[in-house]
Amino acid sequence: MDWMNQAALSAQKSDAVFFYVFGLSVVFLVFITTLMIYFVVRYSKKRHPKAEQIEGHVGLEILWTTIPLVMFLSIFYYGWTNYEYMRLAPRDAMAVKVTARQWSWSFEYPNGKQSKVLFAPIGRPMKMEVRSVDMVHGFFVPAFRLKIDAVPSRTNTTWFQATKVGSFDIECTVICGVDHSLMLSKVIVVPEDEFKAWYFGGEDAPEPGKALRAAEAHPDLGSLPPGLAVLTAKGCLTCHSVDGKPKVGPTLHALYGREQEVLVAGNTRTVTVDDAFLRRTITNPADQVVRGYPPAMPRIPLTDQELDDVVRYIKTLN
Amino acid sequence: MSTQASTAQPSYLVDTGTRKGLMAWLTTTDHKRIGLLYLYAMLTFFFVAVGIGFVMRLVQLTTFQHLITARTYNALFTVHGVIMIFLFVVPGIPAVFGNFFLPILIGAKDVSFPRLNLLSWYVFMAGAIFAVLSLFTGGGAPDTGWTFYAPFSLKTGTNVSLAVFAAFVLGFSSMLTGINFITTIHRLRAPGMKWFRMPLMCWALYSTAWIQLLATPIVAITLVLVILERFFGIGIFDPAKGGDPLLYQHLFWIYSHPAVYIMILPAMGVITEIIPTFAKRPIFGYKAIAFSSMSIAGVGSLVWAHHMFTSGLSSLSVMLFSLLTMIVAVPSAIKVFNWVSTLYKGSIDFQPPLLFALTFIFLFCIGGLTGVMQGALAINVHIHDTYFIVGHFHYVMFGGTGMALFAGLLYWFPKMWGRMYSRKAIYASWFPMFIGFNMLYFGMMILGMMGMPRRYYVHLPQFHFMHVVATVGSWFLVLGLLMFFGTLIYAMFKGEKAEDNPWGGVTLEWTIPSPPPQENFEEIPTITQGPYHFVQQEGKS
Repeated sequence: MDWMNQAALSAQKSDAVFFYVFGLSVVFLVFITTLMIYFVVRYSKKRHPKAEQIEGHVGLEILWTTIPLVMFLSIFYYGWTNYEYMRLAPRDAMAVKVTARQWSWSFEYPNGKQSKVLFAPIGRPMKMEVRSVDMVHGFFVPAFRLKIDAVPSRTNTTWFQATKVGSFDIECTVICGVDHSLMLSKVIVVPEDEFKAWYFGGEDAPEPGKALRAAEAHPDLGSLPPGLAVLTAKGCLTCHSVDGKPKVGPTLHALYGREQEVLVAGNTRTVTVDDAFLRRTITNPADQVVRGYPPAMPRIPLTDQELDDVVRYIKTLN
Repeated sequence: MSTQASTAQPSYLVDTGTRKGLMAWLTTTDHKRIGLLYLYAMLTFFFVAVGIGFVMRLVQLTTFQHLITARTYNALFTVHGVIMIFLFVVPGIPAVFGNFFLPILIGAKDVSFPRLNLLSWYVFMAGAIFAVLSLFTGGGAPDTGWTFYAPFSLKTGTNVSLAVFAAFVLGFSSMLTGINFITTIHRLRAPGMKWFRMPLMCWALYSTAWIQLLATPIVAITLVLVILERFFGIGIFDPAKGGDPLLYQHLFWIYSHPAVYIMILPAMGVITEIIPTFAKRPIFGYKAIAFSSMSIAGVGSLVWAHHMFTSGLSSLSVMLFSLLTMIVAVPSAIKVFNWVSTLYKGSIDFQPPLLFALTFIFLFCIGGLTGVMQGALAINVHIHDTYFIVGHFHYVMFGGTGMALFAGLLYWFPKMWGRMYSRKAIYASWFPMFIGFNMLYFGMMILGMMGMPRRYYVHLPQFHFMHVVATVGSWFLVLGLLMFFGTLIYAMFKGEKAEDNPWGGVTLEWTIPSPPPQENFEEIPTITQGPYHFVQQEGKS
């Protein structure tokens, strides 16, 4: 299953402890529950009319103090040693400065390159130096089983070594204000040479993992109408559906020509969706926000050709 | 058992003073009436918070949000937490059953300080009113989560100051009740009621009272510091002024972790009373249970930083707090073994209170074991601040304390109101409650393992299926709750008259009439043996 995807060494370390504790827990729970049900049936008033007046048993008390104690201590030890591994970065790890702010993440690499998603080469240790400029945030990559809080005035560190190529969610885990749940990003794990091409490339070196992200969204973009291919490749469809289903943002289905309430600088206005509105709202999403939706859409640079394709495609959805 | 114990005193439910009706209740110093005042107030708050939880689940039915705004959602989970924790689960069992039954269980006419007891209720209500006011005044309902983490709680424009002040006031009610119970247990035990002859509920309340007394002042001071920081910028917690946000977390959890034991210890006490009565034999390991309560109270005060494993503590403190967390799990395990062993070779009379008590054991085991998972550092790094935590603590707080409160209500209902409820209707309410509970909170734990962070207004598409499962579970759960309380409220007015001792219990509350007379006992009893002696009963029935 996708969600038990182990995409880093830390995930293997964490899951190993989890399955150990999970196994013990299931045994304990089944044992207690079975015993409870058995006693209730076996010693019911009907079957066992006279209760035996047992006050206790010192040997048993010692036994069931010792066994859980040993069990819990073994869980502690296993959990602690694996945690130490997950916490202490190897010396040759590449140090990335992670900055959290309301409500976004940014990443700065040793040579000064910056990005909004985290790029990482597969099989190389990456050390995260996590800071916050405002509130307490939490840096969490579920596929790596990795979490460290971003605390203002402190630098907390953790590290990972990815074992799978792919794109993995980064989420904020500490409530930090209105758009806490939109404080998301991605870790893009790519082969090392692809990472190097971007890292050592100039200003305009293409970001790694583009093909990966597009392919993940849709394996065969060439067969799609040009506008839909753009929407797919740019990730628009994460928040906007084309079939009328509401998502994080409004659907694009039957959008063209609709009367729509929008917030412009805090005031509600009613507009008719036409070419001009679509172009303006795609290029400058913050200018006009459709009522009832969070002002969450990022500015995504499109070429004129791409913009034309998208607008033409949206018209076909009526 | 048919003979009603003869008594000259009227029932505590009858007004005998100069004041009648509501005024008689609002000025009462009778511990039993005060217990009911708490109960009615707290159940009202409980249902408000259940309603809020219900709405939050509806919001998660979709991956987009139309129903309410993000700001409202953040206020909802904050208010749900504040009400449930400060107005229901923390005061819960001690304020209701502690007040009602502690004096009776030890053979006393009332608590040591009856007037202080009434004052505690008024302080509690004042705190509750401030909490409600904070929703509608200032910048609106707080949106920080019930933990009020700095610096967000210092910077947000919402009405954190008043909400925090409400928690501060509620803390006083808790401390005063603690002082009252400690004194009562030390001073008012009936002749011959030695420490180890007390019913174990009293031990649980005694341990709890000490935590209330010692830990609550810390959170009170911390909350005052938050208010001072918001109004005067004193810079204790604000890093921009040289303060330390982690200091806030430490101070907050130094109280709020022991508070978890304030919530669960009395629940364990209730379960410990119920099981021997229906097994018709003494509790297994009386002293082990009494000492485990005290050691939970002691060790439980030293584990607070396990709420902060990912916040950047040193290797050493992380290691020590994980170790101590594992150790505090041992006394809870001891209790579970002793409860189950009490069923062994009993003569079990299966009745609704026992069903809910056993449900408590099952759900509390899941809650406890998932707690151990979080105590293990390597797992904690993954599941901290996710839905796993939310699921886990609902298993402990609702499956544990909530179920124990329900079990206690079923157990003592005939004594408190002198009437009996329909057992069939209670069994019928159990099924939707149990199924819905597990769908909702086990579903949440799976979501957490998948990586769903808590306090999210919108969720990513991969989490959607389990969110739907959890929401459907919440409908069953609410249905069960409505059936349960519907049955009890009906029985309160229309139930058939209850016997003095419908379950065949042997602790002192079953030796007096139902409902109890105003001063509990005609004559203070003299105690000659431990609390769970069933032998002499056999001839009678």
